[in-house]
Amino acid sequence: MKYILLMAGTKAGVDTYRAWSKSDVEKHFTFLKALNKDLSESGELVANEPLAAPDQARIVRAGKNGAPITDGVFPEAKEFLLGYWIVDVESPERAYAIAARLSAGPGPGGVPTNMPIEVRQIMSRRTDEQP
Amino acid sequence: MTESLLDARSEHLLRELAPQVLAAVIRRFHDFAAAEDAVQEALIAASIQWPRESVPDNPRGWLISVAARRMTDYLRSEAARRRREAEAAIQSSELAPAPDIENEVEQDDTLNLFFMCCHPGLTPSSAIALTLRAVGGLTTAEIANAFLVPEATMAQRISRAKQSIKASGVPFQMPSGAEQAQRLRTVLHVLYLIFNEGYTSSAGPHIQRLELSREAIRLARSVHKLLPDDGEVAGLLALMLLTDARRAARTGPDEELIPLTKQNRTLWDQEEISEGVALITAALAKGSIGAYQLQAAIAAVHDEAGRAEETDWPQILALYELLKRMSENPMVILNHAIAAAMVHGPSKGLELLRGLDSDARMAGHHRLDAVPGHLLEMAGDHQAAIKHYRAAASRTTSEPERNYLITQAARLSESAPAADRAGII
Repeated sequence: MKYILLMAGTKAGVDTYRAWSKSDVEKHFTFLKALNKDLSESGELVANEPLAAPDQARIVRAGKNGAPITDGVFPEAKEFLLGYWIVDVESPERAYAIAARLSAGPGPGGVPTNMPIEVRQIMSRRTDEQP
Repeated sequence: MTESLLDARSEHLLRELAPQVLAAVIRRFHDFAAAEDAVQEALIAASIQWPRESVPDNPRGWLISVAARRMTDYLRSEAARRRREAEAAIQSSELAPAPDIENEVEQDDTLNLFFMCCHPGLTPSSAIALTLRAVGGLTTAEIANAFLVPEATMAQRISRAKQSIKASGVPFQMPSGAEQAQRLRTVLHVLYLIFNEGYTSSAGPHIQRLELSREAIRLARSVHKLLPDDGEVAGLLALMLLTDARRAARTGPDEELIPLTKQNRTLWDQEEISEGVALITAALAKGSIGAYQLQAAIAAVHDEAGRAEETDWPQILALYELLKRMSENPMVILNHAIAAAMVHGPSKGLELLRGLDSDARMAGHHRLDAVPGHLLEMAGDHQAAIKHYRAAASRTTSEPERNYLITQAARLSESAPAADRAGII
């Protein structure tokens, strides 16, 4: 079963992250690299993509004639998707365990960031017979 | 991977030969994991060279000698890496050019390969991947594509599966007696899972996906050929055929699900139905009844009804009653309730479902709502049915099923008073 693990944060949160010390940033990168390596080696990683910073985010709506109307002004508290992992695992518990490992990634001074990770199952295209 | 230009016949030949070639190489070199890699390379080499140079006269021998050469290369490089062992290994007969293994008497070790690949220590997804590659002769790329994961991920899964087998120390030989029966059950379960994986709509960007159901049928057929007297093997093959026969009728032009009762039965594959019916009839006559045989018998009763109204529900109910005694699976209880409703009316079916809510194995399963939704609709309680359909739609993890359930709720709600329509999905 496939799950997507969504990491989200506010713009303020991202700004704080930018201000981490060099050693903290390096530790975090090392942690992410090791996580992805483990997920590849276990044959579970389907995809992992980081997203460009929230500063570049735009909300698009269709205007008259369907032309795009973009808006880049957001409330301070808005949560942005920062990146995601798609994993193919044997059980939901395994997906939760991977999410917990992500959440335990080191922040400043090596203290776990404890970021909330949203875990969502990806729908299959199964077409079992209906009664 | 290089795109294969093989015609269908040669491709079929390759897949048929794959397990024989692998078994021959394992017998020679006694290393399942490395032999499996070597055969995979030989298969890929064949798919590139054969279209260019024509299929060799002795394709099996060709594949074995290519794989054996790869194996020798591998052992040499291993030996070079570990100089110390090299002395002994290079002089050993193992590395001498294989005298004539490409022509040695055919000894069918395919069953043994099934047992290796469906090793009880493996997770289902690893066993599935390894079986498709080692016994099915599929490439890693094809398997990865079928499961919609990157090729590198699938390669890792297969390589880890082989490592676990190696670590378990299970020898490449037929397990005996009771263990063999137990291992065979695992093999059948893995084949059943592969078949079910193929039960997906073809919509979306993956139209070229390998037909996993067809592949499962092919593999089940080969197990049946090896164990023609085993009732459950025949039962599983029959079940697959009798279910696959309805494939073309199961979904509509927009990939929407069509329930059994509404399917256009002229689209059912009569050839598969006759083969399945013959298989299950012969198996049941032998007297050792098992769960796959009963499910096949139920599928046969459905398939033999020219119109939905002609379905012999009392017969299906009787079969589900037998199955219920044999299987703890809560899905059987749900299907039994449907059959009971068809024979004795929906209230009987609903009565049988009571208590299932508290079954931990069913926790959150959408069919726990979908089935009562269906039975309540039969009973004419549309409001309650709508509620259950919507709850089931929120619980299912299948997109076509969700769309089906939402449509059911919407259809009922359109014919209901306006107040019902306000409900949210």
